[in-house]
Amino acid sequence: MSNLSVLYDAPGPRAKARNIVYSVVFVVLLALVLWWVLATMADKNQLDRAKWEPFVADSRVWTTYLIPGLLNTLKAAALSIVIALPLGALFGVARLSDHQWVRGPAGAVVEFFRAIPVLLMMFFANAAYAQFTDLPSEVRPLYAVVTGLVLYNASVIAEIVRAGILSLPSGQTDAAKAIGMRKGQTMVYVLLPQAVTAMLPALVSQLVVIVKDTALGGALLNYPELLSQVRLITANYGANTIAAFTVIALLFVLLNYLLTSLASWVEGRIRRGKRSAGAVLHADTNTEMEFDEPHVEAPARKG
Amino acid sequence: MFDFLDSGQYDVLGAFWVTVQLTVYSAIGSLVWGTILAAMRVSPVPLMRAFGTAYVNVVRNTPLTVIILAASLGLFQTLGITLAGGGDFEVIGFRLAVLGLVAYHATFVCEALRSGINTVPVGQAEAARAMGLSFLQVLSLVVLPQAFRSVVAPLANVLIALTKNTTVAAAIGVAEAAALMKTMIEYESDAIFLVSAMFAFGFVVLTLPTGMLLGWVSKRVAVKR
Repeated sequence: MSNLSVLYDAPGPRAKARNIVYSVVFVVLLALVLWWVLATMADKNQLDRAKWEPFVADSRVWTTYLIPGLLNTLKAAALSIVIALPLGALFGVARLSDHQWVRGPAGAVVEFFRAIPVLLMMFFANAAYAQFTDLPSEVRPLYAVVTGLVLYNASVIAEIVRAGILSLPSGQTDAAKAIGMRKGQTMVYVLLPQAVTAMLPALVSQLVVIVKDTALGGALLNYPELLSQVRLITANYGANTIAAFTVIALLFVLLNYLLTSLASWVEGRIRRGKRSAGAVLHADTNTEMEFDEPHVEAPARKG
Repeated sequence: MFDFLDSGQYDVLGAFWVTVQLTVYSAIGSLVWGTILAAMRVSPVPLMRAFGTAYVNVVRNTPLTVIILAASLGLFQTLGITLAGGGDFEVIGFRLAVLGLVAYHATFVCEALRSGINTVPVGQAEAARAMGLSFLQVLSLVVLPQAFRSVVAPLANVLIALTKNTTVAAAIGVAEAAALMKTMIEYESDAIFLVSAMFAFGFVVLTLPTGMLLGWVSKRVAVKR
């Protein structure tokens, strides 16, 4: 039922009138909520011009707080992505190994780190770095955030890659064997590239999760990323909490929107490049769903 | 080995109980609000569809930490909204955390349900319409019951993610497991491995049975086609 308009008939005159009534009622409800929110905000002086003006009129709020915060967010996210992607691919492939002594431990590691909250790993990494290394305390939060994000997201990416490889038709492996490729070659040249293409939507939503989770470091580990600037801005620009949160939330939404758009552009290029990759055809069902976890059920192994 | 527990100053089970309560209340709230959002997104009224789409896309791309902190600093400390009367700081924090968790996870429930609606054959909706059922009747009597049965597994993933995401409530001072772990790591710095392992084990105990139970349920209730 991909065309959802089958749920209702093409509206006739009466249905059109009814839809207009529903629309009006809905608009009135929304307006009431909005009015209540604005009234409450005005009551607490959150709508004052002075509280919102700095974000458009004063460039210092950007150069001192927002842009450095954004750069720190990008730094932690980029580091985590660069480390977690290859590590995840490695563990995903290791879980499919023919050898029990590779498959078992890899599976245990992946399942363990997937089951515990990323925040717990950040707390642990922070404490462990403080105790066992002599990292200066100003870089420790960055290390802790990146460690937590890498451990958690690499294991999720491993599951995505594994599901991607398992979703490929078994003929791919057979053909690779037939032309004399070794196991490693089959994986690197045939299976992995196709699996990554097929799972690109799931991978990208995981990258969005990484960007979002950097905010944990700001709230709980004193890492100076975008979210943690709220406190500094409200301290310096007169308790404009709601304005600061609005701007920062918009920046996060914009950042993630750019990431998703970039990925769908890349995906479009890849798909146009190779027209007939069997697995890519199935991937469409996943494009609309984004989860903190890969929801892709790995199909039973063929052959 | 676990002698740091003997002093009696850490209520580990109590902290995990708060985590469980956060999870249960937020799960119920997300399911309700997510279903309403999904119904809006497939409704015949263009304005509701637009609202549903905008809400899901904006909220899903905002970090949960931002939402929960905004609920605490913005709603409570700036606007003075306490949700359902007074209560002490702890109770208000709990309610605000539930509000933030519901607002965020409802978007994932909505998307899961929408993909579940896609699995229902077109002919069923057409037959229901031919019988003269209205949009709400088609949705609530024919399509949604089947959609729910086919998305138990994705919903289980949302529930597991929700269980783990309750730790974010530590950012606004709700005394759940992650907040206690942070305190314990600070005061028992010679036992950070044991403390961390204990909390990790707690979350494995919470999430693993959920996944297994709902995985079994999803196989049982799936509509065979």
